[in-house]
Amino acid sequence: MSLKVENLKAYYQTLYGDVKALDGATFTIKDGEIMGLAGESGCGKTTLGHSLIYLTPPMRFVEGSVELDDEELPVWDMKKMNTFRFKKISIIPQYAMNAMNPTRKIGKMTSELLESRRISFKTTLPELKRRLDLVELTHDVLNMYPIELSGGMKQRMVMVISTLLNPSLLIADEITSALDVSTQKAVAEMLIEFRDRKFVKSMIVITHDISILYQTADSIMIMYAGKLAEKASTGIIIHSPRHPYTKLLISSLPKIGVRYSEKKLSGIPGNTPLLLNPPTGCRFRDRCPVAFGKCVEEPPFIEIEKDHFVACWKEFGKNA
Amino acid sequence: MLKLEKISKVYRTGTFGGKLLPAVVDVSFNVGDGEVVSLIGESGSGKSTIGKMILGLITITSGKIVFNGIDVSTLKKGTLKNYYRDVQGVFQDPFSCYNPIFKADRIFRIIKEEFFPNVKNPEWDSKIDSSLRDVGLNPDQVLNKFPHQLSGGQLQRFLIARALLLDIQFLVADEIISMLDASTRVDVLNLLADLKSRGLSILFITHDLSLGYYISEKAIILYRGCVAEMGSTVKIYHNPIHPYTKMLMASVPRLDKKWEEVEVELKAEHFELVRGCLYYDRCPIANKDGGCDRNRPPLIEVEPNHFVACSRCRKE
Repeated sequence: MSLKVENLKAYYQTLYGDVKALDGATFTIKDGEIMGLAGESGCGKTTLGHSLIYLTPPMRFVEGSVELDDEELPVWDMKKMNTFRFKKISIIPQYAMNAMNPTRKIGKMTSELLESRRISFKTTLPELKRRLDLVELTHDVLNMYPIELSGGMKQRMVMVISTLLNPSLLIADEITSALDVSTQKAVAEMLIEFRDRKFVKSMIVITHDISILYQTADSIMIMYAGKLAEKASTGIIIHSPRHPYTKLLISSLPKIGVRYSEKKLSGIPGNTPLLLNPPTGCRFRDRCPVAFGKCVEEPPFIEIEKDHFVACWKEFGKNA
Repeated sequence: MLKLEKISKVYRTGTFGGKLLPAVVDVSFNVGDGEVVSLIGESGSGKSTIGKMILGLITITSGKIVFNGIDVSTLKKGTLKNYYRDVQGVFQDPFSCYNPIFKADRIFRIIKEEFFPNVKNPEWDSKIDSSLRDVGLNPDQVLNKFPHQLSGGQLQRFLIARALLLDIQFLVADEIISMLDASTRVDVLNLLADLKSRGLSILFITHDLSLGYYISEKAIILYRGCVAEMGSTVKIYHNPIHPYTKMLMASVPRLDKKWEEVEVELKAEHFELVRGCLYYDRCPIANKDGGCDRNRPPLIEVEPNHFVACSRCRKE
């Protein structure tokens, strides 16, 4: 087990009370697993990613435990986490490619970053160059400013920097969403290559684009309104999902070969609940086509088949 | 309805505008009544530039855009306003279209002040009501709110409702759904399709081929400002001929099939005025002797209503 998260809760503090953006997540990621994390905007997927590595106010740690390689991560303590960040666990935040320091050359920026972790840039340089070759960037980029690179090049550069110290876990937040389809494909394939070459042990790929996950991820976890809805291997999530939300989400995706005149797709009616005062019970209840009396109680996240977790009362009944 | 005749746009870049950057090169196509045309291409292919030129937001370097028999670039103040009664645009990022200090329905008030100063208030309110219902919003829930209180999908539909108030004939939809969630995306797409059945023509600008296929009859694939392939959507999707279209089709992430082994060439983009085929340096089937590097291939009709600009594909 590379990563083990138990009942993790992180809330945002606001003047009106806590926003329960991540409310009890329990899951594991195996060594070498690429787990996709999907859901609508505002469902807490980025919060989950950040809570594992960089838990700053207004985000507040409530309870739960995180274990990485049998070692407990002190996610609630910003200072103690410093020894783990970048070395054991690393993140590519959303819009990371636009976050590179525009006044520093990329090589200089990388060396400052390494030295802040007390690692010599000179000894890492050969490895850095080897990895630049791998992602098809010339070594000249180290002498360039970020403005001189295209979006796809910047995204690849950020990937190289984030994984330079071979972390156990990489969290990649929406790394493909701002790119063209062809660049998207190249970046997604690089993620797999980085895993296969053991630069990173396991990954969490956060995106709202499920079709990208189908191409890259080994397993997919679906979140809804701060709760986990379903986790299973990629094939099962796409072809035989169990949670009604997953079913609706998958069926609303436009596929190649579907035309409006032949088959009209439908969205999911309704809106996500506000997380400031979330409704009790199942949070998908109001939009759910199969909701029934039992749904006023909160469904647990239970393994109904091997490696297939669902939080839905309807599905528990079927197997019992 | 709308006809583009060999339009080009050259941007001036560099410190003193000394460098020229051709963004759109000799693009011609037309959009009929009640037709949805998809404009598909990577970033930097000039698709948004074409949309902005149609809307008159930037000048045209050469060529002509004709809307219902009128040359758009000659329009001046008063006539330009009439043009905007018929043609409107909706853009990618709904959040940046609103002033965060004012309530979101201010966009409707501006329309009233500018275009319908004589309409009485109660009548106008019912007009807003019906156009909001047309886009699938409940007026009680969305009116009188600030932009940050509404979701991206709601704001985007607000902008479409605003365009509908004017009873337009032509809509430029520039990447309007790429910012939205999968669950609301389809609703906006279906909305566009409903509008089309009421006779509205739409130029649907996107980089997502599956969305283009879902909604449009006609597709135009752009590469670096040039039309690579154009024609009926069904023909292009089932029989892509240009190597660039083939590469695009193969890189679309899809749910029914894993990615095929297709080489995606990653090269730094450089914009130079090249004489030959623009796709030459990325093309897997380019032929030096065939003159791919010297002559720009013209658009050729390979089958009825299916045009391709590739000199290698002609022989097949």
